[in-house]
Amino acid sequence: MIGQVIDRLKSERALLWGGVALVAFTLLALPFALASVGTTWVRITNLAILFVFLALGLNIVVGFAGLLDLGYVAFYAVGAYVYALLASPHFNLHWPFWVILPIGAAVAALFGVLLGVPTLKLRGDYLAIVTLGFGEIVRIFLNNLSQPVNITNGPQGIARIDPFTLGGLDFSRTETYSGLVFSGPIKYYYLLILVLLAVIFINVRLQNSRIGRAWEAVREDEVAARAMGIDTRNIKLLAFAMGASFGGVAGGMFSAIQGFVSPESFVLVESIMVLSMVVLGGMGNIWGVILGAVLLSFVPEILRFTVGPVQMQLFGRMIVEPEVIRMLIFGFALVLVMAFRPGGLWPSPVRRRELAERRP
Amino acid sequence: MDIFIQQIINGLTLGAVYAVVALGYTMVYGIIQLINFAHGEVVMIGAMVAFSVIGALAPSGLPPGVVVLAATGCAIPACMLIGYAMERLAYRPLRGAPRLAPLITAIGISIILQHVAMMIWSRNPLAFPQIIKAQSYDLAGATITNVQIAILAISVAMMAGLVALVYRTKLGTAMRATAQNPQIAGLMGVDANRVIAFTFVIGAALAAVAGVMVASYYGIAHYTMGSQLGLKAFCAAVLGGIGNIPGAMLGGVLLGLVEALGAGYIGDLTGNVFGSNYQDVFAFMVLIAVLVLRPSGLLGERVGDRT
Repeated sequence: MIGQVIDRLKSERALLWGGVALVAFTLLALPFALASVGTTWVRITNLAILFVFLALGLNIVVGFAGLLDLGYVAFYAVGAYVYALLASPHFNLHWPFWVILPIGAAVAALFGVLLGVPTLKLRGDYLAIVTLGFGEIVRIFLNNLSQPVNITNGPQGIARIDPFTLGGLDFSRTETYSGLVFSGPIKYYYLLILVLLAVIFINVRLQNSRIGRAWEAVREDEVAARAMGIDTRNIKLLAFAMGASFGGVAGGMFSAIQGFVSPESFVLVESIMVLSMVVLGGMGNIWGVILGAVLLSFVPEILRFTVGPVQMQLFGRMIVEPEVIRMLIFGFALVLVMAFRPGGLWPSPVRRRELAERRP
Repeated sequence: MDIFIQQIINGLTLGAVYAVVALGYTMVYGIIQLINFAHGEVVMIGAMVAFSVIGALAPSGLPPGVVVLAATGCAIPACMLIGYAMERLAYRPLRGAPRLAPLITAIGISIILQHVAMMIWSRNPLAFPQIIKAQSYDLAGATITNVQIAILAISVAMMAGLVALVYRTKLGTAMRATAQNPQIAGLMGVDANRVIAFTFVIGAALAAVAGVMVASYYGIAHYTMGSQLGLKAFCAAVLGGIGNIPGAMLGGVLLGLVEALGAGYIGDLTGNVFGSNYQDVFAFMVLIAVLVLRPSGLLGERVGDRT
């Protein structure tokens, strides 16, 4: 009897490790598979991973703490510009990335607190509009701070940003080790995967920590949370700061990977996109959010490459611009997913229970 | 001094348009606590339909006033239909869903409407035909055009009509009852679904007129014009206290004035360090300042948690 149970545990553990090995192998081999289709796809994957960072960061604010933030891209922008200013010919500074990324995270966190302090008393939709305004303000400043002193170089943006370098390893150069071609994007991919694992680990640990449970309490009922001895002011500020710092790190990496930043990349639509990832995937559930981010990053790109040729095949000519169809499909997908799975594709267990209860 | 009066006139005109669009946001929010982010796109569709109708009728030799009226007359039902379809097909299935779900739906609808418009009416900005001859009048050292006068007059008339509808008719009473408590209103014989659909339709009609007004004012119609305008109008609604009808009007006019005066004076105030390209910053700063001091907007009541 006991022997059977141990056997089953053993086989389950083997199954678990088998699964882990499979996932690890897929993640390791993925860039080479993608590179054989085209290096563009490795770049798209890298951007998708950055969006996973952003979505996880926003999930802390919206999903865990229940604070609706429509200006999240501002923190992404702050991180990106911190990196761009400290590692480009613009000010002729070339600091190493492992110094700048923490600075970027800290500055973004500071901006998060800056946004949080005046908005502590606001709830729900009022908070949404203030955060939206904050995002726009940051973007407008980035766009216009080229005079009287040229800080951000205005709409032209900052170019020739340094890539990551570690020792002799330059992340932008192509190298060949034992027959395998490691192009720049592939190297960034491995770095991003490492950071991604760390980010996921932090998020999982946060959710079940004292802080994570305090956020959940504030989200469900702020008054009751305060009565339970939670310092709601600090806990909300912490949510803003931590969410923002993820955005800051993602921004710094974005800067280095693209080599160029301009205010164009940080418009309201980006904030809305990240929010869609969080809600569509399943607010509050880390795995759901990752799923949402991956889907919303890849589906439009896949459509970009398929819609045109498919039309050519079917009708022999372009009937509707591919861009239009792509966006129409995207719009309908958002509407339909929300209509059939209002809790998101992969809702958190708590929310699933709530949804089930509400049904009469 | 005449610059001041000029900016006041411009601000009032812009503010009147904001107020009319803001009413659409605020009425819907008041009843079902939903930010209908796609409302701005309805404004755009209104402008686009009017553009096509004017283009078709302009060579017929009808008097310009009649052409514009006909264009507006076509834009209103088109937008009402969209408003109704939006509520019926996208939002109604989501009643009782988590609060953020309809928000994503609204974003989806917004994307769909924008790209349908792009498909029908090109991706380039369209020159909105200004068939009514522009005339300027002198007013205390500043100028006011007949278009501005028309916008102000029409907006005031529509707002008066809406107030009469909401506070004087049976339907308006039903709307207010549903806003206060849908269940109890239902017990009193109010068909909540009909009232909500009606609210969307009225908001869309106002948006259609606003679209025609704003396109004739700037002389441009573009498939993205709705999102920027909608954003401003949403700010106006929040400024006044979202869900509150007089609040939306006040918020719209205030936001228009702040923007116009900000654009006119920000350069002087800061010694030309900040130019009028900071106009939007100005508007958002005022919004944030007001909300920090009065967390439920200027005329909003303190509501408890209704999330």
